[in-house]
Amino acid sequence: MTSSEPRQGGLRARLVVTRPAFGLDITLDVAMGEVVALLGPNGAGKTTALRALAGLSGLSEGGHITLDGRPLHTLAAERRPIGMVFQDYLLFPHLSALDNVAFGPRCHGVSKAESRRVAAALLERVGLAEHAAVRPGRLSGGQAQRVALARALAVRPRLLLLDEPLAALDAHTRLDIRSQLRRHLADFDGATVLVTHDPLDAMVLADRLIVIEDGAVVQQGAPAEVARRPRTDYVARLVGLNLYRGLAVDRQVKVEEVLFSTADRVDGPAFVAFSPAAVALYRTRPDGSPRNLWQARVAGVERHGDNVRVHLDGPIVAFADITPAAVADLDLAAGRQIWASVKATETHAYPA
Amino acid sequence: MTSTTPAPARSPGRGAPRAGRLPWVLVVPALLGLVFLVLPLAGLLLRAPWATLPQRLAEPQVLEALRLSLVTATVATAVCLLLGVPLAWLLARASFPGLRVVRALVTVPLVLPPVVGGVALLLVLGRRGLVGQWLEAAFGVTLPFTTAGVVVAEAFVAMPFLVISVEGALRAADMRFEEAAATLGASRWTVFRRVTLPLVMPGVVAGAVLCWARALGEFGATITFAGNFPGRTQTMPLAVYLALETEPEAAIVLSLVLLAVSVIILASLRDRWVNSP
Repeated sequence: MTSSEPRQGGLRARLVVTRPAFGLDITLDVAMGEVVALLGPNGAGKTTALRALAGLSGLSEGGHITLDGRPLHTLAAERRPIGMVFQDYLLFPHLSALDNVAFGPRCHGVSKAESRRVAAALLERVGLAEHAAVRPGRLSGGQAQRVALARALAVRPRLLLLDEPLAALDAHTRLDIRSQLRRHLADFDGATVLVTHDPLDAMVLADRLIVIEDGAVVQQGAPAEVARRPRTDYVARLVGLNLYRGLAVDRQVKVEEVLFSTADRVDGPAFVAFSPAAVALYRTRPDGSPRNLWQARVAGVERHGDNVRVHLDGPIVAFADITPAAVADLDLAAGRQIWASVKATETHAYPA
Repeated sequence: MTSTTPAPARSPGRGAPRAGRLPWVLVVPALLGLVFLVLPLAGLLLRAPWATLPQRLAEPQVLEALRLSLVTATVATAVCLLLGVPLAWLLARASFPGLRVVRALVTVPLVLPPVVGGVALLLVLGRRGLVGQWLEAAFGVTLPFTTAGVVVAEAFVAMPFLVISVEGALRAADMRFEEAAATLGASRWTVFRRVTLPLVMPGVVAGAVLCWARALGEFGATITFAGNFPGRTQTMPLAVYLALETEPEAAIVLSLVLLAVSVIILASLRDRWVNSP
């Protein structure tokens, strides 16, 4: 799926949007056939970026978009070779599912009969052939999402834009639609830009993640790489890791007054990341090496799946996942002083 | 009714909504207002010459006035739709300097006494009017005191109703549907025709019905601009007014017809059109 030469053809854009209280400035290269997810917290500028790509809002000074070598930013939205799936789909309520999908081809000058044929084939492909005559109001969320995808693909776009395509679905439908969407995206030969705030959607659907915070790219890379080596607190929270920035010397990283031994050799400013499940808690100071050990205060205890997540204050803020039995043994309550440690083999250090 | 009863102490948790007595300060004027609105209509029904009603309705001049009224009001509504819907779209979607002034101007006929409207129309479209002079010289068309003049007068008075209704619907409509259409390659005209217009259709229908009803009842501008010629410019309201001087019973019959038409319109509008944005 991933093209090895993202520089040839595809989408190349510098999206600059300057508004009174907000600025966006990101560079985006997406190869044909590649799926890139823009991931970021609310208000980071993901949707603004997508709207700029679609031509629904303008670029500011310095911004440009080229698709297959041709400038896109000079074209009005209706002249861009794009397809867009909106967060709440925006299916036209007065048209049947079939006519919704046929709308794009009709606008591109295809005859009514041919448009409907194309639309019927696409509905068939997303498994909704028998819902062709239904108005959007009578479709379920998952069905509406698939109609919206079919409608966007019906114009044979070179650039497919998806704005939170799964956000409006309930958890069960989401799982199903996510895997279907992944299949359709794999079949799509154009460039795809996907906006989401859900890390799982991004990991499953995208070949590459671009994390945006406050209108700027803070990290990008393959999903596994981003998940393993988060570079901001936001990303660390998303992928469920404890993340610290410190100073590394040889195999030791000093974070505040805590000294972490790690399996990786780094020098200079470095990140240390470890999973909450790797943290062990003790009522009294355990014997042995003082490394990877710190005294913490319990700030809170909450249920987390089958385990219990303990919020720790102290020299560093951390999460620890322990079993309910351990909670009882440790007699954990908010405000209690305890000792926390993490094995060197379970910490991960990389240059900042 | 001498003193206000103290509010019963409410224990928290009981949560019953407070169902106090209706304050007479509001109820008495409300009932008076209702009587004031309904009584004249009741009077019309009570004094109607029910026995001779069928013959009177079949009188040629009644039928003629009714036909003229229906035709002119319908044509005026068509003219208003043709010009008013685009105008409403412009007011709702475009942004240009002086937009607020234009919006205010559009609503002027709403508050302008219709007679003044008729005088203004005469000044512009009359034989010696600014535009009328030219119309006569270039096309040999004269509007005043013709059936076309009735349509012009009615359209002038009724169009704001349509424009305001459609503009409201356009403002309330979700503009993101138009964006979605644009990403699918629809030109702005296609967006308007295939997305915007169907979405605001309830507002257009409501506006058109109001517009038609206003045109049907138009009196002041019509008599000023188009005169009162039976069969040509004498619409129902004009016929009512004229009949009142000579034959009060005929006036009642004509009024009943207009009342019936109004009630039918209200019934057909019902909640869904009236309450829709």
